[in-house]
This record gives sequence, C-alpha cells and structure tokens, in this order.
Amino acid sequence: MPLIWIIAIVLALGAVGYMLGRQRAMASAGGDIRRLHSLPVYYGTNVFLFSVVPALLVLCVWLMVQPSVIQSRVTEMIPESAATSAGELSLIMTDVRRVADGLDRAVGQGALTADEANNLRAEETNIRESLGAIGVALGSDVTPEVLSAAQRYRSLSSAGNLAMASAIIALSALGFAYAYLRTTRDFRARNTVEKAIMAILILASSIAVLTTVGIVLSMILETADFFELYDWRQFFFGTEWIPSFEGGSELGLLPLLWGTLYITIVALVVSVPVGLFAAIYLAEYAGPKTRSIAKPLIEVLAGIPTIVYGLFALITVGPMLRDYFAEPMGFGTSSSSVMTAGLVMGIMLIPFVSSLSDDIINAVPQSLRDGSYGLGATHSETIRQVILPAALPGIVGAILLAASRAIGETMIVVMGAGAAARLSLNPFEAMTTVTVKIVGQLTGDTDFSSPEALVAFALGLTLFVLTLGLNVLALYIVRKYREQYE
Amino acid sequence: MTDASSNTPRLTTSIIEPDPRTRRRNASERRFRAYGLAAIGTGIAALIFLVISIVSNGYTAFLQTYITIPVELSEQRLDPQGNRDPEEMARVTTFGYAPVLAMALQSHLIEQGIPMDGVNPRDLMAMISQEAPAQVRNLVLANPEIVGQTLDMEMLASGRIDGYFKGRVTLESAERDSNVSPAQLALAAAMAEAGLMDTRFNWAFITGPDASGQRPEAAGLGVAILGSLYMMIVVLALALPIGVAASIYLEEFAPKNRFTDIIEVNISNLAAVPSIVFGILGLAIFINFAGLPQSAPIVGGLVLTLMTLPTIIIATRASLRAVPPSIRDAALGLGASKMQSVFHHVLPLAMPGILTGTIIGLAQALGETAPLLLIGMVAFVREFPDAPPEGLFDPTSALPVQVFSWTQRADPAFVERASGATIVLLVFLVSMNLLAVMLRRRFERRW
Repeated sequence: MPLIWIIAIVLALGAVGYMLGRQRAMASAGGDIRRLHSLPVYYGTNVFLFSVVPALLVLCVWLMVQPSVIQSRVTEMIPESAATSAGELSLIMTDVRRVADGLDRAVGQGALTADEANNLRAEETNIRESLGAIGVALGSDVTPEVLSAAQRYRSLSSAGNLAMASAIIALSALGFAYAYLRTTRDFRARNTVEKAIMAILILASSIAVLTTVGIVLSMILETADFFELYDWRQFFFGTEWIPSFEGGSELGLLPLLWGTLYITIVALVVSVPVGLFAAIYLAEYAGPKTRSIAKPLIEVLAGIPTIVYGLFALITVGPMLRDYFAEPMGFGTSSSSVMTAGLVMGIMLIPFVSSLSDDIINAVPQSLRDGSYGLGATHSETIRQVILPAALPGIVGAILLAASRAIGETMIVVMGAGAAARLSLNPFEAMTTVTVKIVGQLTGDTDFSSPEALVAFALGLTLFVLTLGLNVLALYIVRKYREQYE
Repeated sequence: MTDASSNTPRLTTSIIEPDPRTRRRNASERRFRAYGLAAIGTGIAALIFLVISIVSNGYTAFLQTYITIPVELSEQRLDPQGNRDPEEMARVTTFGYAPVLAMALQSHLIEQGIPMDGVNPRDLMAMISQEAPAQVRNLVLANPEIVGQTLDMEMLASGRIDGYFKGRVTLESAERDSNVSPAQLALAAAMAEAGLMDTRFNWAFITGPDASGQRPEAAGLGVAILGSLYMMIVVLALALPIGVAASIYLEEFAPKNRFTDIIEVNISNLAAVPSIVFGILGLAIFINFAGLPQSAPIVGGLVLTLMTLPTIIIATRASLRAVPPSIRDAALGLGASKMQSVFHHVLPLAMPGILTGTIIGLAQALGETAPLLLIGMVAFVREFPDAPPEGLFDPTSALPVQVFSWTQRADPAFVERASGATIVLLVFLVSMNLLAVMLRRRFERRW
C-alpha cells in the first residue's frame, strides 16, 4: 500500500473522529452546551489528535528503521567471499536494490507475474537483458547471490510494508476508540488538547537543538573516521594540498586556511572603511530623505544571493582586474584571484558592517553629543572623539561578524578565487579556501570511505569551529565592553 | 592680571574672518563628511555596476535566433517501412533527421537565390542547432501523419550564429574560431535579409529543459525553476509551522530555565552557521544516513528549511512581541485560557509580521546555492519531475545551481545563459521582497 494512502486513511479516521467526538460530547450533555466541561470543538480535536498523532509518529520511526533492518537482514545473505571490504559490500547492496526495483517494475508492467519474479533463477534467465528491456539498466550481470538477495529484499520489504500499513491503521483506530470512549460531559477535553499542543510547541522549538546536534554529530563522526585514515598532525600542520584519488594524497590544512584568511582580510579592508563611513554618514549627517533612499539601497546588497556575486566576480570583476591591474603590472595572468574574490566579498559585506554599525551609533545617547558640541567640538570631532569610542565594542563585534561571514562564504570564492592551493603573498594569484575544497571534495560521485572525501568533513568541522568561535567572541565583546547608559 | 597678557599679541577671533585653526578644523569637517558621502556612493555604485553587468550580459538570453524554412519530410528517409507506425519510425535516430534538414535548407537557399559562397553542406548543417533534428523527430513521432508533407519548420540556429546576431560573435572572432567561419556568418546575414532567420523572444529559455554543453542555444530553465518551486513548497510547508510553533513556545510559554536558554543560544548561533555546513549536514544525515535520493527537491527543501528556521523564528518572535500585553490581559480577563489567548488573539494580530518574515526567509532560501551543490543538485537533469508528492523525490536542478553549472561549461554562450538565469532569479527575489514590503505597508499596525 503506498505511503500516501496510509496517511490519507489515518487523516480520514481523524476527521471522522472529530465529527463523532463532537457529536458524542454534545449528546452526553443532552444538547446543552453549558453542561459540557469544554467547548465542543475540543472534544472533537481530542479524538482527532489521538487517532492521528501517535500513528504518524510511529509511521515516521518505522520508515526510518525499516530500511536499515532489511539492509542488515539481506547483508547476511551476501557471502563474505563476495564482499571483502565495506566499499564492495555497499556496491553489491546497490546492485541488490536496483535488481529489486527492476523486478518490482517488471511486475508492475506485467512483464512478469509476482510468482515468476520470486522464482527466477539467475542460471536460467538473463536477468540483465530482461530488465534492460523494460528500462532498468544494470551495470553488470546478475550473480545468483545478488538475485536471491534481491528476491529476499523484495519479500522482506513487501512484508514490512504490509506490517507497517496494518500496524499504523490499527494504532490509529485504537487511539480513536480510546479517545472516543473517554468523551463524556465531564471529560476535561480542553486541558488534554492544550497539553498536546504544548507538547507539539516544545517539540518544534527543540528542532533547533536537534539541528545543531545533527551538524556536530555528523561532522565529528566522519572526522573521526578521517583521522583514523590520515594523521591529524599532517592535516593541521601540512603545507601541501595534493589530493589524488589513487591514494597517497597530501591533505594539509594550512594553504587552505591561508587562502581563506587572505581573502577575508582583503574583504574586510574593502568593507570596513566603506561600511563604517556609510554608517556614520547615515546616522549623523544624512537627513531623513537621504536616509530613506540610501539605507535601503545599500541593504539591497545584503539581499542579493551569493551566486550572483560569484557570477559578477567571474564575468566582470575578474577579467577587469586581470586586464587593468595584474597583467600591466606583471602580477600574473589569472582572472580568478584573491583580489577578485576579496573585492567582491567586500562589496557583499558592506551592508553587514554598515547596518550593524548604524544601529550601534544610533544607540549612543544624545547627551554625549550635546556635551561635546557644548565644549565647542565640530561635528566630525564629536564623532571621532566621542561617538566612535563609545560605539567601539559594538563596531568590533560587527566587524567580527562580517569576518565570520567572509570565512564561511562559498559561492564567491568557488567562482572567483580559483582552485589552486598555495601559500603565496601575491594577491593577484589564484588561491583556494576551505569552503572551495569542501565543495570540490564532495561534489559528484564520491566514495565515502576514502580520506579524500572524508577530509571535507574535517574541513567542515574546522570551518564550523572557526565561525562559531568568532561569533561567540563577537557577542562576548559586545556584552562585556558595552557602555551602560541610563 | 592685565600686565601678563599685554606682552603676547591678543588672540583675535572673528565670525566673519575665521582664523587658520578654525579653517583647518572646518576643512577636516568637510573632508570627513565627504568620506561618508563617498562611502555611500561606493556602495550604491557597486550595486548599480553589478546590476548593469548582469543585465547587459544576460538580457540577450531571452532572445533567440530561429531559422524558418519549408522542410519536406520525406517518407523514404523517415518512415522506410511506410506504415506510419511510431514504434517502427522511432528506429530512425536523430542522425537520420539531420540530412533531411540540411537538404531542405540547401534547396531552399538555392530556390531563394541566396549564394552559398564558401559554405559546404557540412558547414550549412552546422548552422542549424544540433537540437533541431531531435525537435523535428519528436514532432514527427507525435504526429506520424505529417510524414510526406512539406511543412514550414522553425528551428533553432546554432549557438555561434545566434551569437552573431547578438553581437557576441563577429567576423574577426570567427576567423580565429574553429566552430564558425566568416562565410557562414555572411550567409546568415543574407538569410536574415531574406527573412529566413530572425531573432525574437525565447520562451523556451524559461520553460525548456537544460541542454548539453554543445547546444547552449537550446538550454532552458524549466527544470530548474520547477525544482526551486518544489523546494520552496517543502520549505514553506515545514518551516512556517515549525517556526511559528517554536516562536510561540519561546515567546509566550517558555519558563526561564536552562533548557530554554540552550534553545535561544542555539537559534542565534544557527543563524550564523555558514550555509555550506548545512550542506554537509544534508549529505551526512538525509542522504547517507536516511537514504533519501540525491538531487531530490525533498532533500534540498529539508536543508533549506533548517537554514530558514532561524530567520522565521526571529521575525515571528519580533512580531509576537509587538502585540501589546493588554490584548492578552483582556482575553485572559474574559476567561480565555492562556493557549486560547495566544491562538485566538495574539497570533492573528502577529500574522502580517510573520508572513513578511516568512517571505523574506523564502527569498533567502531561493538564492542559496552552496548547500545544494553538496546534495548533488549540480547533476545534469533534462527530465521534468513528476507532480508532487512523487516529484519531490525525482532529480531536479535549482535556479541558483543552474547558474553555477552553466558557468562551469566551456562554450562562451553559456555566460549569456548564466546571466539570463540570474536575471530570472533576481526577478523572483525582487517580486518576493516587494510582496513582503506591500504586506507590511498594508497591514502594519502601530499600537
């Protein structure tokens, strides 16, 4: 039975439950709403929740558990001689799934009857050919082990699906009956429903925690795998990055980290002065009219997707820098460079620096300005000697947040910085960053047991720790050094 | 007292005649102000430059050059058995259709008296897109009865010829290009003169599927737009309810304890996690652990949901906070439970703000690229996905990823396509943001 039908049946049961529960409550009160404990809606909702929520929760868990159970039961059938390593085993299992899918499709199209599919013998029929005829391409000929494993896979999963469908519907009916029978005039339906809603609310807010746990766990587990295959000292202190999928790669973090930091520095050199001066002008000098035009325009820069900046770097800024600066000055002939990526990223960061600094400058109390003017300082002297020192912790925080953005930025560097890992000081040379290499090592078909793919998780963890550290530091600085004004 | 100062010349200041120090200070004041203006100018100039660069590179992607000639669909070549059975006719591959088109073009040129100096039949065929035979074949297989007739066919011109009409390919660049010769361009110009070739609006760019690296002229955004749409549906269906539920709990019910503190810190940190880390999460958990298919909108949607949640939660909490306590007090005073006061009174009043935040979150998710690269969205996909819900598990592309994959291809015509796709993306984003602004203006309420 397809999943969608199970869900539909459960929901239909719930809907019927709502109507019946409501009716029963009304009937038990003799049609007089004043004699009920709660509003009739709550009695209906109560039955609905009892028939739907437990069933759907169990359905989710079942869907997650069933494939791995079947997987392990089928894996037992593969002889150890056929699969010597984990990689080979996963390849064989992929074949098994494809053959099983193919048989399903053959039965669905009527090319085979269900009995025939279960009794096929690899020795007698050429499975590859017959499946190929109905549009299931297989990479290699089907061995008897794979075929029998596939047949077992099919029978297990169809049995599992049947068991799932009946269990879920039975559970739903059970919940229905329980809630329905409890529905009487004095039943505290509203309290029950509100408790259930509260549980849902709490569950929703813990998804944020679950996400963080998921991020950290997935990266730590894979990173641990990586450090089993590759020495951690060589990763953290290696100065060469030469991955080769035949093995014997050099996977040193330093050149990537250097590229990342170099580009971040260039980006900050561009964005901090521009952003800060823009914020000062907007907060201190601009009239309401200028402000209402200029501020949204600058903030548009923050809403532009990074892929657009990447394209801008690739087709406009890169070639321009190469033709007008790098080549005439003899710095290199590459259009993707630290300068390209840094410049474009700097443009992207202008609004981050400016809107955060703007808020902070606006938060400096007017009395400080008035005092400074009263002593005869000009407007710019007031800004430089009174407002900026008062706003400094906040501005430092804003710059650190911008730096953390720059470190984690991906598309601009993928398209603007190049892919060559090197430790060089020339800003017109192509360099690469941590994020570029994460994309590079994980895009396309990758073998997740090789250090060349797993290194991406170690890089991701490094990135996560780095940006998280910068954020925490920024918040700490802002909190600790913020001047308290009354 | 007076003696002490009589030795030194008296400092004279005047409002009309400022002394040098005042002048210096005023100059530095003006300079400082100019720096500020220059900074704002730089920001706005960068924005304008970026938009101009993208638009000037990309607007031509919406135009396409077509060749319109009468084609004789000869029975002998297209249906050798002569029984009009589509299954038998399907044996004639696109290689069988190419000569039909080439001959039609050649004979029509001769008929029209257009000279073909220096263009041999092979070059002539190269002026028609490689996609054209496939299009004609699909047309014939769908309507077998048209075999044997002579029909006016509209075919895509090849990428280089199209580039000539858009100014990307010139006679000089053709000299150096092995894919196109100046003679072909001269012929193309003559054909355009005779009305056989024209450049007009290209709906196929928006609705059609992607095409391989050799046929940029046929590449379209249809699959990518549909994929992005599917992902947005998933994000909306998950992120809005979860985000609103989480915000209601945190803002209205949560007691002040360790657990809620952890959640709060978590949400603000999640907002700052680099997007690529969410891609790693999606790859490790949704694909490798849960076994969901690669390149599927459901996985992209789940990853983007997790990314969008903090944005929606922050916006929702702000608009819940903006509802004055008197509303809650009034509801409680009339005997509503806490839950009823929130769901019946506070939430409806906060709804415009929530919707605005959601739309902005969706716009962010729509432009996000990096995590989608890791879950396999860069794969080359030509088939349109099925309708949801099954279609959510079919491989698709996404708008921003399509931009990226086009920039990775060798043919320079793809630069134009990528910029055109970016324009489409920006149009979507601008309209979503405008919608958000309009909602805010329309429903904003000051208490």
